[in-house]
Amino acid sequence: MRSDRHTASPALKIAAIGGLLFLHLPILLIFAYAFTTEEKSYQWPPPGFTLKWFGVAWERPDVWQALTLSLKVGAIATAIALVLGTLAAAAVSRSKFFGREAISLLVILPIALPGIITGIALRSAFSILDIPFSMWTIILGHATFCVVVVYNNAVARFRRTSGSLIEASYDLGADGFQTFRHVILPNIATALLAGGMLAFALSFDEVIVTTFTGGQQSTLPIWMLEELIRPRQRPVTNVVAMIVVLATFLPILAAYYLTRDGDQIAGGGK
Amino acid sequence: MTPAVEFIHTSRHFGAVRAVDDVNLAVKPGEFFAMLGPSGSGKTTCLRLIAGFEQPTGGEIKIFGEPAGGVPPYRRNVNTVFQDYALFPHMSILDNVAYGLMVKGVDRQTRYREAEKALELVKLPGYGSRKPGQLSGGQRQRVALARALVNKPRVLLLDEPLGALDLKLREQMQEELKTLQRSLGITFIFVTHDQGEALSMADRVAVFNNGKIVQAGTPEEIYKRPQSRFVADFVGSSNVISPEAMQRMGGKAEWASLRPEAIRLVAEGGVPAQTLVSNFLGSTTRLSVEAEGVRLHVMLPAGERVPEPGETVRLGWNPADVHYMDGAA
Amino acid sequence: MSTATSNSAVLEGRSGITARLSDLFWRRPNLLLILMLSPPLLWLGIIYIGSLLSLLAQSFFSIDEFSGLIVYEFTLSTYKQLLLASNFDIILRTVAMATLVTVASAIIAFPIAYYAARYAHGKWKALFYLGVMLPLWSSYLVKIYAWKLILAKEGILTWGFEQLHLTWLLEGILSLPVIGGNSLSVSYLGTFIVFVYIWLPYMILPTQAALERVPSNLIEAAGDLGATPNQTFRTVLLPLALPGVIAGSIFTFSLTLGDYIIPQIIGSSRLFIGQAVYTQQGTAGNVPLAAAFSVVPILIMAVYLWAAKKKGAFDAL
Repeated sequence: MRSDRHTASPALKIAAIGGLLFLHLPILLIFAYAFTTEEKSYQWPPPGFTLKWFGVAWERPDVWQALTLSLKVGAIATAIALVLGTLAAAAVSRSKFFGREAISLLVILPIALPGIITGIALRSAFSILDIPFSMWTIILGHATFCVVVVYNNAVARFRRTSGSLIEASYDLGADGFQTFRHVILPNIATALLAGGMLAFALSFDEVIVTTFTGGQQSTLPIWMLEELIRPRQRPVTNVVAMIVVLATFLPILAAYYLTRDGDQIAGGGK
Repeated sequence: MTPAVEFIHTSRHFGAVRAVDDVNLAVKPGEFFAMLGPSGSGKTTCLRLIAGFEQPTGGEIKIFGEPAGGVPPYRRNVNTVFQDYALFPHMSILDNVAYGLMVKGVDRQTRYREAEKALELVKLPGYGSRKPGQLSGGQRQRVALARALVNKPRVLLLDEPLGALDLKLREQMQEELKTLQRSLGITFIFVTHDQGEALSMADRVAVFNNGKIVQAGTPEEIYKRPQSRFVADFVGSSNVISPEAMQRMGGKAEWASLRPEAIRLVAEGGVPAQTLVSNFLGSTTRLSVEAEGVRLHVMLPAGERVPEPGETVRLGWNPADVHYMDGAA
Repeated sequence: MSTATSNSAVLEGRSGITARLSDLFWRRPNLLLILMLSPPLLWLGIIYIGSLLSLLAQSFFSIDEFSGLIVYEFTLSTYKQLLLASNFDIILRTVAMATLVTVASAIIAFPIAYYAARYAHGKWKALFYLGVMLPLWSSYLVKIYAWKLILAKEGILTWGFEQLHLTWLLEGILSLPVIGGNSLSVSYLGTFIVFVYIWLPYMILPTQAALERVPSNLIEAAGDLGATPNQTFRTVLLPLALPGVIAGSIFTFSLTLGDYIIPQIIGSSRLFIGQAVYTQQGTAGNVPLAAAFSVVPILIMAVYLWAAKKKGAFDAL
């Protein structure tokens, strides 16, 4: 360890790589199961391989309904989170005012507290106000905890954008709206795109809050949860699980490449 | 003649901090004006008040006779070259330079033509398609200058414009800025903490301290006749002598400044002094001596014998060269 | 650009609604600030904080045992119910699990974070970062599902032990009291493994961030002053990385406290706090008790955060 910059001890190497494998192998296993011919159990090794479950999953209307609802909820919740998160970040970044810390805390709270608390709190509020469950109650919950990822990404970018750029724009004769359109927006665009993708990924995957704020509606995660508790056709679940993994990797990779020079992918949590 | 920029009892207080405190100032049209002072002396706040980024908390500012109160920066015909240049990183150099014309609604062809001309003016023709990140510090500085000048401002503000450049480039830019200002006839106001830069470039200099102007005048006046100890100390290499020491050396019991080149070594009479150290500067040698408990600098012309450290010398000067001043530090 | 206006020192205000709004916002920056802040504040303040307060209020009500209806009168009796042995056990069990999961995560995370922070460069660094990021963001349910496949009686783990002729070892572990069970997927041990797996990335990232902030010349200085590598590790690196580990532990601890899906799918039938909240508000219909239960993790986390703040863990977030 003295030769810190040169080589790591073999034990450290093994522990580090072992840890990474521990994180990745279970996910890879899903891919193998998507092709198994075994229907009734989780038998390993699979007795044979087949592509037929992709066709079966494709034909299932409940999967399509759940997927459609998830996409709708994710898109609308992300849009709301983008507006709210950007506004809050801009306000916090552009001026020092009383209560800035409180606003950061308020934004982070929905994700810092366990999801079940957010979920049950919203549910009890809905029942007090007699609001019937619908796609919109799900969206309400999702937007609430998605704000934080947009906010974190936008705040990080605002911090890196030098204040003199905005002053330079004013100085050259651009008014507030022109400055926003020509200077601020282009500078924060990739951070917002990354924040939006992460918000979408968060919403697309959310299950705990959704169990409390959705009525008869099933998002894809709710559909999966039901299959986990009461399996109907296990191979279909395997196929859907694999597709969900692939579908969430893409926005994460994209968000990484959009923000890698400087910002971290901010936020996280379920 | 209407001043280009006029401060009338102007103050800018931030809570209890008096960044700019009751400043009166008139910058003449076409003048190259320097605001000189240590950091925190209020010179940059003055610049921001002219640009419109700050509003005075007291008094007022006029630009070419027009009151600037309540006028946002984007409606002032004043442009700024920022210390960090503030080039828009997402735009090409040409778009950066054409920005001011673009937001004023000038058509694409005209504004690109004007931008090209401005780039030629700062000796960067053909650089338009690059991005700010691909330019050196000196080049970025020139782009920032072109971006401001393309708007044909009545007043150009420069905030420590040469601070980030290395010595050689800085000297070159000093000359170029000066030439540019002469040929364009635009009023330049620039802020610096480097007294050499201020004295060599400006037509007039205002020295700032604690939010106030402590002296304003031509570089020669500031250099030769500092009105206070602070100015003498800050502006130059002048010897500052306390009232007691001055009296013992045969002068008045007042704070005084005495330029190093005004002191000669004499064979007889004069003030005895102990040689401490000598620095060879090429055309001259700077001698540090101690006389009457005061450390003094003496400039010896080339060719004169340089005393050894520890050697006792005698100093003489023309009493008319002693400049008495206010003792405020 | 040689029009009359451009030569004047103060330009005419432009006409049009945006130009006039710009001037207004420029003169009254606080108006703009209020306009920007009100949508997020209204949303989070009313919808979210309002809901939390309504939940909190419910915990001070009670349920009528005969009618099953909520009695809207202030009482602490619901909180008293938490102290009943059966309920208190749930709390203890959850806190114990959260503690163990946090400790295990810290131990597994440290080498990964350490390697990524101090030895990985360039491409490897990006690979490590994505290697932690991708599992973090992969579907939570799919990850749980993967472990259901792994831990199943007929699954890959049993098969692996068989291939290595170690079936006796697996059976030995499963026959242990408390942590064992019929198969790994219905044992505390299984729940524990899945918790550690799911929350591990949350521990790695802040630990790595803290380690990256330790300047390498500090380590060289320690070596230079005669510390052995082990001493350097214990006296320099570990104390400096601690705020990061504590920051990570906030996540692992809080997330374990509130989770109800993992123990429901992989674990024995004994409840954790999250499950208790879920069943009380759902099947049992006792919303006041569910609310009281959900106050428990909030209180525990408040204390935890307060302690973490004293240790400077927030700078490492």
